Amino acid sequence: MAVFLSELGRSLPAIGEGLLVTLEATALGAAVALLVAFALGLAARSRLLVVRGGARAVVEFLRGTSLYVQLFWLFFALPMLGFRLEPMACGVLAFGLNYGAYGAEVVRGAIAAVPAAQTEAAIALGMGPGLRLRRIVLPQAYPLMIPPFKNLLIQLLKATPLLSLVTVADLTFQVDQLRAATGGTAAAHLLLLLVYFAVAALLGAGMNALERRAKARLGTAGGGA
Amino acid sequence: MWDMDAARAALPVVLSGFGVTLLATVLGFAVAVVAGLGVALLQRSGVRWIALPVGALAAFVRSTPVLVQLFAAWVLVPGLDALTLGVLVLGLHYATYLSEVYRAGIDAVPKGQWEACTALSLPRRRVWRAVILPQAVRKVLPSLGNYAISMFKETPFLSVVTVDEMVREASTFGSTHFAYLESFTLAAAVFLLASWPTSLLVRRMEARLAH
Repeated sequence: MAVFLSELGRSLPAIGEGLLVTLEATALGAAVALLVAFALGLAARSRLLVVRGGARAVVEFLRGTSLYVQLFWLFFALPMLGFRLEPMACGVLAFGLNYGAYGAEVVRGAIAAVPAAQTEAAIALGMGPGLRLRRIVLPQAYPLMIPPFKNLLIQLLKATPLLSLVTVADLTFQVDQLRAATGGTAAAHLLLLLVYFAVAALLGAGMNALERRAKARLGTAGGGA
Repeated sequence: MWDMDAARAALPVVLSGFGVTLLATVLGFAVAVVAGLGVALLQRSGVRWIALPVGALAAFVRSTPVLVQLFAAWVLVPGLDALTLGVLVLGLHYATYLSEVYRAGIDAVPKGQWEACTALSLPRRRVWRAVILPQAVRKVLPSLGNYAISMFKETPFLSVVTVDEMVREASTFGSTHFAYLESFTLAAAVFLLASWPTSLLVRRMEARLAH
């Protein structure tokens, strides 16, 4: 234990760097996922069959092929086609596409849950489709999206240790180095799990705060108006 | 570029791994279904010093990466073969998801059902086995199906504890024949071909049970 603690002290900077890499991957992956989710989610509601069907197919494809395989495909197979991406970029792209596809269902569902009368009223007021979406539908759909997005965000965080399998020096990788250096297996893994748990709790709390604010702005949460 | 001969050679290797993948999914999900119900029932046991620690442990397992849990179990629990260990870890991880599913299902059983049981003074075991659980499980079947599909797609994680499932086979083939493109593309195709029809099936079940 004493060896572990002194080694831990020495490798704290490396672990901190690993944590930053993990947070960076989570943030970038989530940003890409958000873009993909809105693009595919809105396309899935298009009136054109081609757009709708295309979005459906892309979502099914991205959800149906395992995230693990997608990441490995980008890292190992894509270079054989002549495109080589940085390992971190492979991760961000795989996380973004995979969780974006799950998010597309969230966006589609939340928009569908806004009462049709809201859209009808906006049409009656002469609003165009873009304005309607931006000013009427999305602000009401937004609070509904946050709880499922919170789950997806934590799922994404929990998927980031995959990066350590494609040579990225993330949190898992750095703590594994510490484990190899000390042989303090139980302590190293427990520490690692605790750090992930703390980050997940922080992300969850942040999303809960976002949800409260979004609801308060709409006046649907207690006391607000 | 895509090499048809390499793909033809990779296909049997990938498919042989698919057998292990399916086995791991079935066994892992069996663990998850049973342990998940156990967790849900313990959390509702009404005994605080059981319900609280079980709930806390489940929340911890649920919000930490299964990959790290696999690494940890791999070095901390000696003497288990890779498949058993992997199935147990993956199964217990999913049990913490399923316990929430069961909980929602149990909560959704109308209060009148409980009251009727009390009025008939049914024994507690019988209340759960004959009245509450059959209705709760029916409600959550589609969710269970979705989690089964999602577990199926997470079985490649077991390769880190040396289970020779499909993606590990694909990876080994890819490195020995320098044919990652063919082997990983085939693995992706198998995942898609297996999980997409299943998800359609679950969606139909969902529509059927909805009314």
